[in-house]
Amino acid sequence: MKNLQTVGYAALLLLGLVAPFAVYPVLLMKCLCFGLFACAFNLLLGYAGLLSFGHAAFLGMAGYICGYTVQSLGFPPELGILAGTATAGLLGLAIGFLAIRRSGIYFAMITLALAQIVYFFCLKAQFTGAEDGLQGVPRGHLFGVFDLSQPLTMYYTVLAIFVGGVWIIHRTVHSPFGQILKSIRDNEPRAISLGYDVDRFKLLAFVLSAALAGLAGATKTMVFQLASLTDVHWHQSGEVVLMTLLGGMGTIFGPVVGAIVLVLLQDWLTGFGSWVVVLTGLIFIICVLAFRRGILGELLALKARML
Amino acid sequence: MTEIFGIPIQAFAGQLLIGLQNGCFYAILSLGLAIIFGMLNIINFAHGALFMTGAFAAWYCTTSLGLSYWAALAVVPVVVGLFGILIERLLLQWLYKLDHLYGLLLTFGLALVIEGLFQHKFGSSGQSMSSPEALQGAVNLGFMFLPIYRGWVVGASIVLCIITWFMIERTRLGSYLRAGTENPRLVQSFGINVPLMITLTYGYGIALAAFAGVLAAPIIQVSPHMGANIIIVVFAVVVIGGMGSIMGSILTGLGLGLVEGLTKVFYPEASSTIVFVVMAIVLLIRPAGLFGKEK
Repeated sequence: MKNLQTVGYAALLLLGLVAPFAVYPVLLMKCLCFGLFACAFNLLLGYAGLLSFGHAAFLGMAGYICGYTVQSLGFPPELGILAGTATAGLLGLAIGFLAIRRSGIYFAMITLALAQIVYFFCLKAQFTGAEDGLQGVPRGHLFGVFDLSQPLTMYYTVLAIFVGGVWIIHRTVHSPFGQILKSIRDNEPRAISLGYDVDRFKLLAFVLSAALAGLAGATKTMVFQLASLTDVHWHQSGEVVLMTLLGGMGTIFGPVVGAIVLVLLQDWLTGFGSWVVVLTGLIFIICVLAFRRGILGELLALKARML
Repeated sequence: MTEIFGIPIQAFAGQLLIGLQNGCFYAILSLGLAIIFGMLNIINFAHGALFMTGAFAAWYCTTSLGLSYWAALAVVPVVVGLFGILIERLLLQWLYKLDHLYGLLLTFGLALVIEGLFQHKFGSSGQSMSSPEALQGAVNLGFMFLPIYRGWVVGASIVLCIITWFMIERTRLGSYLRAGTENPRLVQSFGINVPLMITLTYGYGIALAAFAGVLAAPIIQVSPHMGANIIIVVFAVVVIGGMGSIMGSILTGLGLGLVEGLTKVFYPEASSTIVFVVMAIVLLIRPAGLFGKEK
């Protein structure tokens, strides 16, 4: 079983390595960025049971900081991405500190409202370029060596970041810390009675999730050389919920599957304008009513039934 | 006295009135959210979208169907409320045994569908609608000119809130509702049709939202995005007030509208975020909310 899993991971990695020779790299990179974003979000929803409706704030803010530091302060790409990630982590600390004071449905509403402050901040602030956003962010040279303006170099950098991010999440989920998170999700009073400082675990999970979402956002800025208000808008927060729900919450790769499906769907439906919003809403409704385990969750359940 | 804190009293009172009027919309919407949450255990994300539907329906009735404003005010809440009942029967009733979060997610999807459809049909730009002739113009109150329509919005909203409060807190029907919120199974065992009550509660909550939409139509740009913009603020209002008390929801809504109006006078840059900032402060000082009894 363990060997089978290793073979599976190796096959996925190989698929990631050869994919750009078959598919348009920018589309792949978009899938990877949103995949990492959804995985980071799922760390919170799937493993700690906390539904954040404000994750776009971390994605978007990290994107702006990365774009600004690289474009205006002349940071190299790796430092820009790091700066974005760190900012998202700090923002996560502030938002998480407030949000974990309530649970369940209130938690979702609080994160949504706090993310809205971030949105208005980005709309008004000078460095974000308001409605125009940051455009033409230079990709530069990674570590001063690798020229990121080459599509393949950029792609493998993104792939490395994605694998690193997912690895961190995988390690977290399977660590004692991850076990405690799951116990908080399943029975919070019990976890408290066992002596765990539940709030600290929740906050740590929130910061980690925010920082990884930031990593995805900063990387996305480098890929598209663009940071815009779309990424801090609440629509984006809703989309990442859908990616996770569609792919299967509480599974490591489910959110990636959900992200790929949604990105491809949107790519395919560009030009249909507001029908995309309607379709997104319909998928939401169908998922909640009939398909709560998500694509990967259903497959795993099917496998369990057959064995 | 023509100035207060260095600001002409005319402008000051005008902003306060606009604040109070927005506060009325917050109050009606958060009231609806609170009674729906009480019975259905669902936070209705589609509330804003149905508020927007109410406003669009009013605009459509008066401009295309040739109905009067008053007819729209009577018909639109009923029609949109019936639509709400349809939503409850078709979609929401399957969720009551699940985690609260699924209700939020489903109604979020519903809000996207409604918003997307309106955007497709009417585009993103706003439609405007004129207020009825009887309510046009303004009266001089001595210290300010009161636009009659705004006065009507505030008056009608407060009356509606008080009627709703009275119905829930002081009538027999309301006592069934409150008992159903506490313990639906026990109430059902007394021979009261709880599922029907749940359906009607949702319909009433939606009708309230649609009524607010009709009231808002002549003073706000009627656009597909108006619902989403207001619902996020209303969520913050609900967090601040807590959903345990009907009067609490009403007072919090009105109060935050006033705070928003004051902010527009003294520090306009913060007027779009002040409610969220107040929410953050309340969370620090009193996490359960001003009227909340959680924990």
